[in-house]
Amino acid sequence: MTEGTLYGLCSAVLVGLGLFGLIMHPEPLRKILAFNLVGGGVFLLFGVVARKGAAAGLGGDPVPQALVITGLVVAFAATALAVALLARLFQETGRATLQADE
Amino acid sequence: MAFDIGLVTLVLGVAAWTIGARETFAAVVGFVAYGLLLALVWVRLAAPDVAMTEAALGSGLTGGLLLGASTRLARTDGPAAIEKPSAIMRLAAAVLCTLVSAGLAALVLLMLEPAPTLAPRAMANIAATGLSNPVTAVLMAYRAIDTLLETVVLLLALVGVWSLARDRVWGGLPGPYHRADPHGLLTFTAQILVPIGILIGIYIFWVGSVAPGGEFQGATVLAAMWIIASMAGLVDAPPVTRRWLRLALIAGPALFFAIGLAGFAIAGGFLAYPESHAKLLILMIEVPVTLSIATTLALLVAGPPERAPAR
Repeated sequence: MTEGTLYGLCSAVLVGLGLFGLIMHPEPLRKILAFNLVGGGVFLLFGVVARKGAAAGLGGDPVPQALVITGLVVAFAATALAVALLARLFQETGRATLQADE
Repeated sequence: MAFDIGLVTLVLGVAAWTIGARETFAAVVGFVAYGLLLALVWVRLAAPDVAMTEAALGSGLTGGLLLGASTRLARTDGPAAIEKPSAIMRLAAAVLCTLVSAGLAALVLLMLEPAPTLAPRAMANIAATGLSNPVTAVLMAYRAIDTLLETVVLLLALVGVWSLARDRVWGGLPGPYHRADPHGLLTFTAQILVPIGILIGIYIFWVGSVAPGGEFQGATVLAAMWIIASMAGLVDAPPVTRRWLRLALIAGPALFFAIGLAGFAIAGGFLAYPESHAKLLILMIEVPVTLSIATTLALLVAGPPERAPAR
């Protein structure tokens, strides 16, 4: 097994772990956290594809690597927006959890 | 290989901690460690540019944002108020997530070796861009349109965050004011660290054309320096209606778009650069884009306006 495959399997487990947290945690902040964990796994899978495409004297294919950089920035922007939405929910209702209306 | 196995074990362990920890604060600390370990993984995957972005943005800035949120939203509901998912739900989620992981693992094992790659084409044309870092060449030349749209996405996210402000504080100052002891450790650290950090941020941006680095990594470091200074109470965010602030935010995307349009006239296509001046044009885009991204990132962390403007 090569290093690339090892990290690829790691990314597969990370996506599963994050998805589990996303479904099971009732607090939205933990869901945001779990979602970022899934993101880390997906980006890593891209990195493995890039690594397996090493050619022309490069350690990896630069195109997926650049895509991941773009993805990281967009993931941060989405996280900031989600956190702001959650803070506003807390301001309005005094709660930071998602619950069915009583 | 032994190092890689150890690293994977650590990454998975920290990830499990992030999901399983009882306290949200502890989970966020786990997430920061997760990001830093992933940065090491990126170095092992021969992607130092991504490693820098992951460490600065994925771990640092995201971690700071979530740490702030976890302390502000702490202890809002007792444990009793939170509905625990039932055992059946738990089992179903575990089965689903295992299936997803297994599917992805199968894809990894069935992956072509070597994978289809654009690396030879990226290297064959790199001389025309005047750059020598292939990742920067992809970001600024081959796929410049992605980068242009990304700067717009950042602005849209900021518009979204700002529009969550309450009506009476609109036009005010973003986020809470941080008060720190002027003779305390935080202020001292900020005074020493920020000038050095600004220099490092500019260097990372500048060196990006020939070595790992670039505008996103540099801008993130610059934004982080502003956040440290504001946490120490040395600087405060300006009111969001300030004209110079708005100009700083849109200068990058606007100039990027303008040079892209000029490409029609001087090189026969949107975002095309004439070969003789490619590097100069890329630099002309990168400087304002770095400034705009740094400003946007810092304001995204600061959050929506919370303090009414001074009358």
